[in-house]
Amino acid sequence: MANRLRTRLHVPHPPARPGDRTDFSYLKLQPAGAQPRPDVKLPAQATLPLASGLVRVLDDEHRAVGAWDPHVEPEVLQAGLRHMLLTRIFDERMQRTQRQGRISFYMRSYGEEAVSVAQAMALRPGDMLFPSYRNQGLYMVRGRPLVDLMCQLLSNTRDMCKGRQLPVMYHWRQGKIFSISGNLATQFPQAVGWAMAAAIKGEDHVAATWIGEGSSAEGDFHAGMVFAEVYQAPVLLNIVNNQWAISTFQGFAGGERSTFAARGPGYGVAGIRVDGNDFLAVHAVTQWAAERARKGGGPTLIEHVTYRAAAHSTSDDPSRYRPKDEYEHWPLGDPVERLKLHLIALGEWSQERHRKLAGELEEEVAAAWREATKYGTLNEGPRLDPDLMFEDVLKDMPEHLARQREQLRAERG
Amino acid sequence: MIQALNSAMDVMLERDPGVVVLGEDVGYFGGVFRTTDGLQRKYGEHRVLDTPISELGIVAASIGMAVNGLRPVAEIQFADYIYPGYDQIVSELARLRYRSAGEFYAPVTIRTPCGGGIRGGQTHSQSPEAIFAHVCGVKVVMPSNPYDAKGLLIAAIEDDDPVIFLEPKRLYNGPFDGDPGKPAVPWSAHPRGEVPEGHYTVPISKAQIVRAGKDITIIAYGTMVHVAEAAAQSLGLDAEVIDVRTISPLDSETLCESVRRTGRCLIVHEATRFGGFGAEIAATVQEQCFWQLQAPIGRVGGWDTPYPHAFEWEYFPGQKRVAMALEAIMSAG
Repeated sequence: MANRLRTRLHVPHPPARPGDRTDFSYLKLQPAGAQPRPDVKLPAQATLPLASGLVRVLDDEHRAVGAWDPHVEPEVLQAGLRHMLLTRIFDERMQRTQRQGRISFYMRSYGEEAVSVAQAMALRPGDMLFPSYRNQGLYMVRGRPLVDLMCQLLSNTRDMCKGRQLPVMYHWRQGKIFSISGNLATQFPQAVGWAMAAAIKGEDHVAATWIGEGSSAEGDFHAGMVFAEVYQAPVLLNIVNNQWAISTFQGFAGGERSTFAARGPGYGVAGIRVDGNDFLAVHAVTQWAAERARKGGGPTLIEHVTYRAAAHSTSDDPSRYRPKDEYEHWPLGDPVERLKLHLIALGEWSQERHRKLAGELEEEVAAAWREATKYGTLNEGPRLDPDLMFEDVLKDMPEHLARQREQLRAERG
Repeated sequence: MIQALNSAMDVMLERDPGVVVLGEDVGYFGGVFRTTDGLQRKYGEHRVLDTPISELGIVAASIGMAVNGLRPVAEIQFADYIYPGYDQIVSELARLRYRSAGEFYAPVTIRTPCGGGIRGGQTHSQSPEAIFAHVCGVKVVMPSNPYDAKGLLIAAIEDDDPVIFLEPKRLYNGPFDGDPGKPAVPWSAHPRGEVPEGHYTVPISKAQIVRAGKDITIIAYGTMVHVAEAAAQSLGLDAEVIDVRTISPLDSETLCESVRRTGRCLIVHEATRFGGFGAEIAATVQEQCFWQLQAPIGRVGGWDTPYPHAFEWEYFPGQKRVAMALEAIMSAG
């Protein structure tokens, strides 16, 4: 009876919990340069090795190696470093302001900066971006003034959302960055629709969208994949696998027996798994997928293997569910540090210049904060007019909302 | 009514290159109810698209297309199938303009056949208008005749706000007074069965008095407009019958103005009664017409059960149920 076969319920367990040392062998890493760079017209089904392996360019000596080296000019790399560092400094500063009670909520992208920054830099200004809430690097690359972002975080009189959204849920029509929902994964199939429209109109713009590995469990992921495959939509579908969805590790999203990128070929969509902390690799993979889309080759599913070095948001304490020092042992390192060391190895950067840049960016962020708070904070005036609550529900205000606006005015006296 | 809806899409596909029609079986086949018949042949498969069986995907793709400058007309094959797309409607389509402070919006029209009376059972008969009426940021429309169907659909497609366009499928091929035993009547004999060619609109958010009267105001929409008229006639009542036409935003002024005159009010819909849209109308009428009311406001709807296959006509709020409610209100006070 002891050997009788029977059903079992498997409950995934993360490689480590608080107090443990993480065994990262589950990542199945490959050395930099190991993956060949195929033609962009490679059939989707033939991308399985790319989807199961790992595209890396920066090696342990901080050199760019292999077929995926995008051969980006040093000036571009320096700009990328600046955008990533600005993102990080901005995040740190906003985290502190939340702790001081100046804003209600914040979400950092610490450790994942290369994903947004390298991708936005590899795409064209006409390409439409459908982000999640951890893609602030897109805004840095496309040049949204920091004051505008801060005013949104403060829900103040210059809040782009007019006080209607949680902090971080930005949007920017002019910069072609879609409104962040706050509901997970909904943007994934929407980006496919945007890309279908681009193709219907005969334009060569592509769409790009980002979800976490955790929310790839939503039905929206499946619908997006099916529509992308069926219509061969020109879209880059990114899964940012940062290992943690609040407290549940990536095994709870289906990452134990397969990579997330490998779902792509299963749908008939090209899949690539990339070192998400390697600026050059992310840049190269994005260029490949964008060129494929622009040449009619259809969608690409890109899994970025990275690590959420920060808490999920200001509302959770990660030391309660994962080892405190896990990021220190994360085998793919830190994206800012790696690009910095690469530029130094090229002779195009130095520790001294880095310190100087960091100081300048700190001052830039501080100056923007001083300006933003002049327009009010959540708790201190000036405040937005509560009448704004009733606008933009529909294009024209219906009568019942006009009546409710009057009622609120009467309530407020 | 099928031809009227088809003509509305035809007119808009012709006039506006941004209009696209998408949904399950809408392309080559022309839709399971033939509503999109011939449109793909005429406008090509980039304008009239068959889609995967994914209501979530249909709504989400429509949002993305609309954000990229198109004006999608999405068909959900049956209103009963709309729920996989519900999150995309409620959390995305309806909220986009608000959450982005007007920077982004999605002019999507979602057409979907609703209501029973075609032996559809509980998965092909539902009337979910109240569920959408409760969502701020979408308009909800339900026509009761071909003239309105075409005019309202064109207005919906031209509207910059999202519209849930519910089509009572029992009315597709003719008016229906609630008696399944009678031979089918074609729309050609009905005064609002005549549909002009070309472009015209019927305004959204405007109810219509379809029969003027003095004794009581009957507020109905969709199939129930016809049932209510017949029920009142059978009792010899001089009822004022109002077709709501747009569930949300509601034209409460037309409804209340009538009730203030008649002093009595019955609300009739096919959907389940509890938490149904009739409750919202009743509350509104009570708030605005209390001192003119001579009797309690009545409500008739489907029973608060799923729509059963074998007991379709016992479930359906037919003339008898409406007449009994009318008598109760007329004898009160």
